[in-house]
Amino acid sequence: MNRRSLVTIVSVSALTLTGCGQAGQGDVDNGDGPAEITMWTHSAGNPGELEVYEQIIADFNASQDDYQVVTEAFPQGAYNDAIVAAAAANDLPCLLDMDGPIVPNWAWAGYVQPLGLDPAITDSLLPTAVGIYQDEVYSAGYWDAALAIFARQSVLDDNGIRIPTVDEPWSLDEFDEALSTLQDAGYDTPLDIGAEDAGEWWSYAYSPMLQSAGGDLIDRDTMLTAEGALNGPEAVDFFTWFAGAFEQGWASDSGTIGNEEFNSDEVALSYTGVWNAMDSLDAVGDDLLILPPPDFGTGPAIGGGSWQWGISSTCSSPDGARAYLEFSFADEYITEFADNQVVIPATEGAAEASEHFSSDGDLRPFVELSQRFAVLRPETPAYPVISSTFEKAAKDIMNGADVGSTLDGAVAEIDTNIESNDGYGF
Amino acid sequence: MTTDSLTERVVLRRRKVWSYTAMSALAVIFLFPLVFMVVSSLKPDSQILADIGSPQAFLPVGDISLDNYFGVFDRVPFGRFLFNSVLITVLTVGFGLIVNSMAGFALSRMRWRGRSLVLSLVIATLIVPFETVAVPMVYWVSKLPTLVMEGGMVKYDFGWLNSYHVQIVPFIANAFAIFLFTQYFSTIPKSLDEAARIDGANWFTIYRRIVAPLAGPAFATVAILTFLPAWNQYLWPLMVVQQESLRPVMVGMQYFFQLNTAWGEVMAYTSLITLPILIVFLSFQRAFVSSVAASGVKG
Amino acid sequence: MTTPTSTPVPPHADRSSEGAPRTAAKRHSTRAARRREGRAGFSMVAPALILLLLFLVIPVLLAFGLSFTNARLISPNPPRFVGLDNFVRAFTADPVFVRSMINTFVFAAVIVPVQAGLGLFLAVLVNQKIRGVTAFRVIFFIPVVTSIVVVSILWRFMYQSDGLINSMIDTITFGAWQGMAWLNDPSTALGAIIVLSIWQAVGFHMLIWLSGLQTIPEELYEAARMDGASARQQFANVTWPGLRSTMVFVLVTITIAALGLFVQIDVMTQGGPVNSTSTLVYHAVRKGYRELETGYGATISLIFFVLVLTIALIQRRLTRDKD
Repeated sequence: MNRRSLVTIVSVSALTLTGCGQAGQGDVDNGDGPAEITMWTHSAGNPGELEVYEQIIADFNASQDDYQVVTEAFPQGAYNDAIVAAAAANDLPCLLDMDGPIVPNWAWAGYVQPLGLDPAITDSLLPTAVGIYQDEVYSAGYWDAALAIFARQSVLDDNGIRIPTVDEPWSLDEFDEALSTLQDAGYDTPLDIGAEDAGEWWSYAYSPMLQSAGGDLIDRDTMLTAEGALNGPEAVDFFTWFAGAFEQGWASDSGTIGNEEFNSDEVALSYTGVWNAMDSLDAVGDDLLILPPPDFGTGPAIGGGSWQWGISSTCSSPDGARAYLEFSFADEYITEFADNQVVIPATEGAAEASEHFSSDGDLRPFVELSQRFAVLRPETPAYPVISSTFEKAAKDIMNGADVGSTLDGAVAEIDTNIESNDGYGF
Repeated sequence: MTTDSLTERVVLRRRKVWSYTAMSALAVIFLFPLVFMVVSSLKPDSQILADIGSPQAFLPVGDISLDNYFGVFDRVPFGRFLFNSVLITVLTVGFGLIVNSMAGFALSRMRWRGRSLVLSLVIATLIVPFETVAVPMVYWVSKLPTLVMEGGMVKYDFGWLNSYHVQIVPFIANAFAIFLFTQYFSTIPKSLDEAARIDGANWFTIYRRIVAPLAGPAFATVAILTFLPAWNQYLWPLMVVQQESLRPVMVGMQYFFQLNTAWGEVMAYTSLITLPILIVFLSFQRAFVSSVAASGVKG
Repeated sequence: MTTPTSTPVPPHADRSSEGAPRTAAKRHSTRAARRREGRAGFSMVAPALILLLLFLVIPVLLAFGLSFTNARLISPNPPRFVGLDNFVRAFTADPVFVRSMINTFVFAAVIVPVQAGLGLFLAVLVNQKIRGVTAFRVIFFIPVVTSIVVVSILWRFMYQSDGLINSMIDTITFGAWQGMAWLNDPSTALGAIIVLSIWQAVGFHMLIWLSGLQTIPEELYEAARMDGASARQQFANVTWPGLRSTMVFVLVTITIAALGLFVQIDVMTQGGPVNSTSTLVYHAVRKGYRELETGYGATISLIFFVLVLTIALIQRRLTRDKD
């Protein structure tokens, strides 16, 4: 009796509670009419980017009758969480965009399938706009971003500081001297290095510096250990410099994210991205210099790899997804993305048509920096752990932790993780 | 006698002056971050950052405008998010009041096998922070059965993601609320039940017609205390809701953290989502404050 | 008819508690009523119980199961049973875990007495029968109704080296103060988060203390005043003893909330600088979710549950023994 009433209660409440049920994300092919292709972007809250997607989708849907692309936009800060949750629930959309360095992880996990686009398309893109894991292309993007050092020509001239070029960048000694000169000239903290930010920015901004110094996040030959790369003598030297920059007040660990301090002339140099260039052009005008980062030993390096598109492995109409992507990689759209969001177009043709990035465009230096100096974060599924560990170690060092032992600890953490994942397929 | 009452009056007045001074000083401390928020929502980003270290941060001076608010409406479907949050909050609180008060009634006024076991279970679940079970929860709700309408037919499907109910149902039963109801109901004389039983009333009627009407303060307290977490839901909808049209207001915060945070818009948005709660609270504060007092919340 | 005694009697004790003079019919109807009561009681608690089982107990059990595996949030490899490896790792090979445990206890050890004391102080202030006191009650409660995410963002601004906190100290000390970035210094970050957390939550406990204060009969105070008791003596002899059960409730709720510290850390410091603000729940989420080691994250959660449960039981024992 009791048991039966319990069962009744359970089933009744389950029925009533789920009364407002809704179908999942799965792509429904109801026989007649175009097949629906779901698409997620990370660009909610970014109207400039969304506008271009809406136009591409409208154009694509109108251009054929087989497929219908429908899109859902997520705020960037919540996007990866949403993807991971959706994958756990087997509920991924057909098309999804991903931050470049996470692609190998998601490929290894089976979230995304090999892209299979016409090689003519992927070959025409900047190498840093293509996501590769184990020699297989999994993603492609319309643009890349680039970092540079922003400066005012008048300030450098007044202080007798040489203006570096891509062929002759500042050496580390020159850079140190420039910072100390600028400090003496009255800039309390001469360099805005962006350390108040958190998250992926740290690996994106500072691991290329580490590479420029001769270190790395991981031994890229084997992808199996960080030993020697992240805690070798070069890495220790670099992080000693990094800690010193904060200690001597050349850079600050606080302040506001963005480029406000540079635009209002509170700092003389700013290590920041192309996305801040328009505001600085407005504030500084012709006086603005876009400079390569200093050479820490093996030549300057900046981070490459921005948001790219892939196709989920559970996509029920991958051909439609591919058709959409091939349609979308037209120069006109790439140009529009680049000019709307101020990012570097991934094809030469799109760059030529661009307002800012054509050979006489005001932001052309970024294209050069990207082509000459962009390095990729290691293309291994271990990357999320490497990045999180790197960020924590670098922050601890900035805050005064011992360089050698902190790096050794980070290496141990990364190596333990790689081992417990059976080498992540390497 | 006269001197006595005179000194007493002096003491009382002195205490009064002291109390007002202390309360006013504290009031400033309790209010100033919110004043900063509202004032900043009227300023452009560059001015917020410039004013941050000076008293001007609290004053609506300089380049004052509603631009940030227009910016918010451009960036975020605010009306939709607000509707979702109101719906989710009202349903969570409403169902919660019924389910938890019934449980509190059974736990405090009735005798049945397993009662003390259930009570211990309720108290034990008080200590589970939601964050620690969030990941298994996502997996679990994605396997729960649900009903879908397909071509006019009701069918079974699996997976609770992407819906309103996944944001409501898991939060209806609330150990804290059950605990408060149990406490409060046990202060109402049991002789009322006995009298009603003799008149032939069944237990549900006793709950519905006798005990619940006497427990207004407990209902009011639980309503406000469950309203807040429901309105402020953040981590959970991020994980389980993919459609923009189903998102609640707190998730909208993330829309402003782009490569460069639009601080003025963040302040405008936080003002907009804090204001409804403040209005609800201010209009019910008399009832609420006195009901907490009357509910005699205690162990 | 049958009149249930007011002291609870377990149903299975029916027979022995029934007196011999009762007739069989009466005994039968008593038992039937008991059965009905049992069924009604269970069915009234059932909706809440089922929901708690579905959405709290089962996920907790899932987490417990995961803690003995190397399950990953993202991985093509199936999880493996690894026994107690994760537990050994936490206590021997994860200094951040140990540090997080210490931070969590430090946070709770400061928050519990300070927030409870300050809450009581506020409650006594706003319990006076003077004009405008309700307005102050409302003001002190406003931070409670403000989202903790919003609050954390606002306070992060204020703690900057050129922020409001520093400029206020600067004004008070007539410029003798050198601004510092409170959240960036390992020696001040946890303290800064403690201050913000108290600011946010103390209004709630003020209200609970207030409810306790208002249940103390006014006659007791009158009697004390007749005996010539000073304000302080009244507090010690009338107020404080009358607040015993309220105190237990306040202590338990603050302890549970303090041990679960998460949002402030996530928004403001992400556990840094140099692990000085990492807490157990934050570390569990960082490992289990952000770094995708679901199994290990679940282990930390399990350890956390056991610790909190132990503390709760100790608190219960301590407060009970004094009765």
